[in-house]
Amino acid sequence: MSSLLDKIINNKIEEADSYNIRENGKTIKRKENEYIKIVNKEDSKGIDIYVKENTLFGIIDIPVIISESRIKDVVYNDFHIGKNANIIIVAGCGIHNIKHKTSEHDGIHRFYLGKNSKVRYVEKHYGEGSGNKVFNPITEAYLEEGSTLNIETVQIKGVDKTTRITKANLKENATLTINEKLYTEEKQYAKTDFIVNLNGENASAHVTSRSVATENSYQEFTSDVIGNNKSFAHISCDAIIKDNAQVKAIPTIYAKDASANLIHEAAIGKIAGQQLTKLMTLGLTLKEAEKMIIEGFLK
Amino acid sequence: MLELKNICFTKDNQEILKNINLKLLDDKFYVITGPNGSGKSTLAKIIMGIEKPTSGTVLFDNIDITNKTITERANMRIGFAFQQPAVFKGITVYDLLKISIKKDITKVEACNILSKVGLCALNYIDREVNSSLSGGELKRIELATILARKPVLSIFDEPEAGIDLWSFNNLIEVFKQLEEDSKGITLIISHQERILDIADKIILLENGMIKEVGDKSILKDIFSCPKGGELCE
Repeated sequence: MSSLLDKIINNKIEEADSYNIRENGKTIKRKENEYIKIVNKEDSKGIDIYVKENTLFGIIDIPVIISESRIKDVVYNDFHIGKNANIIIVAGCGIHNIKHKTSEHDGIHRFYLGKNSKVRYVEKHYGEGSGNKVFNPITEAYLEEGSTLNIETVQIKGVDKTTRITKANLKENATLTINEKLYTEEKQYAKTDFIVNLNGENASAHVTSRSVATENSYQEFTSDVIGNNKSFAHISCDAIIKDNAQVKAIPTIYAKDASANLIHEAAIGKIAGQQLTKLMTLGLTLKEAEKMIIEGFLK
Repeated sequence: MLELKNICFTKDNQEILKNINLKLLDDKFYVITGPNGSGKSTLAKIIMGIEKPTSGTVLFDNIDITNKTITERANMRIGFAFQQPAVFKGITVYDLLKISIKKDITKVEACNILSKVGLCALNYIDREVNSSLSGGELKRIELATILARKPVLSIFDEPEAGIDLWSFNNLIEVFKQLEEDSKGITLIISHQERILDIADKIILLENGMIKEVGDKSILKDIFSCPKGGELCE
């Protein structure tokens, strides 16, 4: 279990202010403190995490490990963040599946951010073994006035199928930043949907998706941003495509207010020949140059 | 020593280079000049292996490198600064300098290299080499990646292209320093009189052929042109 944990959690879990480790559908270890409480949901299908107002620099780890085959783990994690709190949540999921049956983790995360609170949410998905590994995360975020949510998601190889849905509703002066990094290979399938409602005045959203699609994999990126007020959004989808992979980007920006300023950029293309040539003139082989460009792109 | 023997290059049924023969000696500073479309950049790319000659031989220190790859030539310490430097997403100036030197260097060492090209290092070291940098900044970072490698043969393709006057003045200083310090061959493609001024030898290319090799006096007709020609500043 510890090696899978290392793959999905960057910090030392024992040093986190609080944590909840879930393995094969059950909580196996938990730590709380006076500012951060973790409560089981009644049907044991998830947890409620309560962060007291004005809590500063708290770190919460909520890793999920699936090491048995043919498991479908659906978990509901709700985060209730008190006003002015400033915390980091690290949520990783690792599936180790060496059997031919499918293992699936569907994490439904709901964030309720209090006024002027700040949350950095880091999520990493990792799969290993020849069995089918499926992730279908759903993230819902409700941002009160002046709050900030920064979401970083990483899925590098090993996941056969994923459909990720992120929905957010922002009140005045709230800010949402999403950075998505995605790498697919073989016959993997990855679909990402972002649905953002900028409801309050001066609400803003910054969504950046960088992905690499190789071999016979398929990626689809959909964004649907609605400016209901004087608001700002910048959505950027940037994909490197190789081999027989396919990438589809479907941008929708919808201004329902004359003061809304919404921008969408999407670019899909091969690695530029000029970049490869430059790195080769510095002594890298073609393969090394390609690796450096992809690693940098997804850094 | 670099020797080009009977180099020809044809693309889309057009003869770009016609039977080029040239010997470049160690510790010398050469400038290739000539009108646009005369084949200067193509010649530089053939030396680096970015383009393959249709016929002819490239010898470097008496080794035939005609069929060697760009990487092999780079590892023989041939360096090439592009006219339009490549930009990257996620690769920093520090990353590029580390692979240029081929070892893990400290940020202080990387900063020392950057200061040689007139960049205030701390402002740049962690910046991505992307299009948010100006043409002059990209050009200087490009130069830094070449200087870091200490090449035996350094090729610079129009280093002055696309940069402002202030950056250009700095650039001239970099090349003057290079000319004083250099132990290998320096080859610059340029139209600029101030770069031509510091050359040991000037190679004048026209219509894919070497018209003349000599000192600046070979260009006197062009520089005396009252209306200014292709080579006038």
